[in-house]
Amino acid sequence: MNLEFTPEEQAFREEVRAFIAEKYPKHLGDTGMREDLSREDFVAWHKILGEKGWSVPAWPTEYGGTGWTPTQRYIWSEENARVNALMPLPFGVSMVGPVIYTFGSEEQKAQHLPGIRSGEVWWCQGYSEPGAGSDLASLKTTAVRDGDHYVINGQKTWTTLAQYADWGFFLCRTDPDAAKPQEGISFILVDMKTPGVEVKPIKLLDGGYEVNETWLTDVRVPVENLVGQENKGWTYAKFLLAHERSGIAGVARSKRGVEKLREIAANESLDGEPLIDDFDFARKVSQLEIDLAALEITELRTLAGEQAGKGPGPESSILKIKGTEIQQRLTELTMEAVGTYSAPYYGSIQDPGSNEHPIGPDYAHHAAATYFNMRKTSIYGGSNEIQRNIITKMILGL
Amino acid sequence: MDFNFTEEQEMVRDGLSRLVREQYDWETRRAAIESDAGWRPEIWSQLAELGILGMPFSEEDGGFGGGAVDAMVVMEEFGKGLVVEPFVPTVVCAGGFLKHAGTAAQKEEHIGGIVDGSRVFAFAYAEPRGRYDYADLETTAKKDGDGYVLNGHKAVVIGAPWASHLVVTARTGGSRRDREGVSVFVVDKATAGVVTRDYVTVDGRRASEVYFENASIPGDALIGEEGGALPLIEQVTDEAIAAQCAEACGAMKVAHAMTLEYAKQRKQFGVPIASFQVLQHRMVDMYTAYETALSLTYLATLRLGASEKERKRAASAAKVGVGQSARLIGQEAIQIHGGNGVTDEYAIGHYFKRLTIFESEFGDVDHHLKRHVKLA
Repeated sequence: MNLEFTPEEQAFREEVRAFIAEKYPKHLGDTGMREDLSREDFVAWHKILGEKGWSVPAWPTEYGGTGWTPTQRYIWSEENARVNALMPLPFGVSMVGPVIYTFGSEEQKAQHLPGIRSGEVWWCQGYSEPGAGSDLASLKTTAVRDGDHYVINGQKTWTTLAQYADWGFFLCRTDPDAAKPQEGISFILVDMKTPGVEVKPIKLLDGGYEVNETWLTDVRVPVENLVGQENKGWTYAKFLLAHERSGIAGVARSKRGVEKLREIAANESLDGEPLIDDFDFARKVSQLEIDLAALEITELRTLAGEQAGKGPGPESSILKIKGTEIQQRLTELTMEAVGTYSAPYYGSIQDPGSNEHPIGPDYAHHAAATYFNMRKTSIYGGSNEIQRNIITKMILGL
Repeated sequence: MDFNFTEEQEMVRDGLSRLVREQYDWETRRAAIESDAGWRPEIWSQLAELGILGMPFSEEDGGFGGGAVDAMVVMEEFGKGLVVEPFVPTVVCAGGFLKHAGTAAQKEEHIGGIVDGSRVFAFAYAEPRGRYDYADLETTAKKDGDGYVLNGHKAVVIGAPWASHLVVTARTGGSRRDREGVSVFVVDKATAGVVTRDYVTVDGRRASEVYFENASIPGDALIGEEGGALPLIEQVTDEAIAAQCAEACGAMKVAHAMTLEYAKQRKQFGVPIASFQVLQHRMVDMYTAYETALSLTYLATLRLGASEKERKRAASAAKVGVGQSARLIGQEAIQIHGGNGVTDEYAIGHYFKRLTIFESEFGDVDHHLKRHVKLA
């Protein structure tokens, strides 16, 4: 046993670091925050990575993956976190891409994989529905076969960044009479420009527009857009969710977040001393660092298992629960560190293009918004309660 | 990066696992801890025969050249069986001092006896008013001709009733809580002026209050540098922390498994209590607490040879994280076992008790969180 990286892995890290330093778009800087970013901002880095052949590192090499080991992928994510890089969106790369190359037809692979690799085509995910929440299988959107088409009707919600999407992948009920709610569901790809698709942004607590309601009214989709077999969509959906959960721990990003927290707390003061020297505050930071260290080693152990040929299993639910709890505590503590200047609403003076400097120190601008935004992490991707249900069943055998 | 165990380590694990299963079953353990001796010297001899007691020593010192990971493997298995035999005081602590700082003569004198099981040690470092500060010492060792005279009172010296020898920390200079002036000695327990008051601990082990009343010890009892032993003590106690965290992980694993079993067979309102979601989620939280504790134990173990700061931060992180997990798992295990959990008859309570006392050994959660803060 040892925790050291091999000389080859160190060399890889150097290569990655040099590449990021040279190529990461300067204007995106240390943004991290999403609410004022454009579609072009989101895909800028993705396109550069696509040219380099690094946009879909985890895919099999035959579909354009890098062949990196899980450890190399981990190093990759650490190096990106170091500069707080805006990473390719997961909907194409980590979600629908693996479903298409695993279950899709040759035509689907040829049609869709290149655009995901290059970042040209923006995907969104149509899973959640109003009233369904984590009970995903209760979805009501229907797809009815009509000749060479499916006709889709229903409403999806929480469709992340669908306002920019070219394509979406939707779970639809194709057999309303199936014995169990998980059966009779199909996985269908939808061109978002098809008549009858309507996307309506939902304003969130942080003032941003990250998610949408998506209405589907008599949307006619060619049957070729069905992935895999009709009524077997639940299998693909579960496969996708397990992929989504790997990497959700966000360790590298949280490590960077703790560094920033320390910088903020060194700048703020309490009783005339730096806040970070206040024992009550410092101990909360230490506790966070300790929990993060535990998460990091747990993730590395999972990666080592993956390297030995075990796919992302139910253990990834631990990473989801612990990772999101830590992300939430981090944003909470960052807001606490900022103190009074967490109150000004950034959006109220900072219109896009405005030259006026926002109120308070730079690090304060997004503290509250980020805290509000990150409450989503224990809810999305299968709420943390659902993750506990998964562990209950799959690992504890209860 | 590598989280695999070597073939030898797997063999050690298998061997110990069998020994614990076959010879350390619940009733046998109970009879042993209630006996006059309170432990099983025959198990100690077997551990010597299996090479476990000689494992961490180099081959030239008569050992088998193992390292921290080997100790971790051993301690996890001991934790699963709540083994009371004094591996940490003898092999990890006394062995650690000798290994790191012993003279050739001291190694010659003591290590052979540790390896063959004939020499058992206890580590007398705590004092009634010192809490977890290894430098907060009222025990003194005054130079007297070629030797020293020891005076003082050592608290809760685990394994002392079984020990032939003690490793003792004492002040040879400076004043209370100074980092300088701390020394370490090996003392034969039969030395005149060494007085012990033996007792049973709540987790089924034995300990002593040890009083030194003008006990004369020879000059070559000193291990390492006179007055400069604090860094050495910190190194050895960090090694003990890693080992005991592994032990706690073993105990937590079993406590969790017992709780799952119990919840599956215990019925209320006509169904197994394992079917209640509120209990399921608590058992999931126990499981994640165990897994993260194991991760921190790996971290502490693998960082024992790192820089002083990295080593201490990892050891403190483990003591905090494993301590918190130990409390959660212990308390939840009892709660889910219901009334049976608080009876002496059920094994689960004994795991709870060991996990509880673990928290206070070599510094509790608050102490190590504070140390972690200071090392930022």
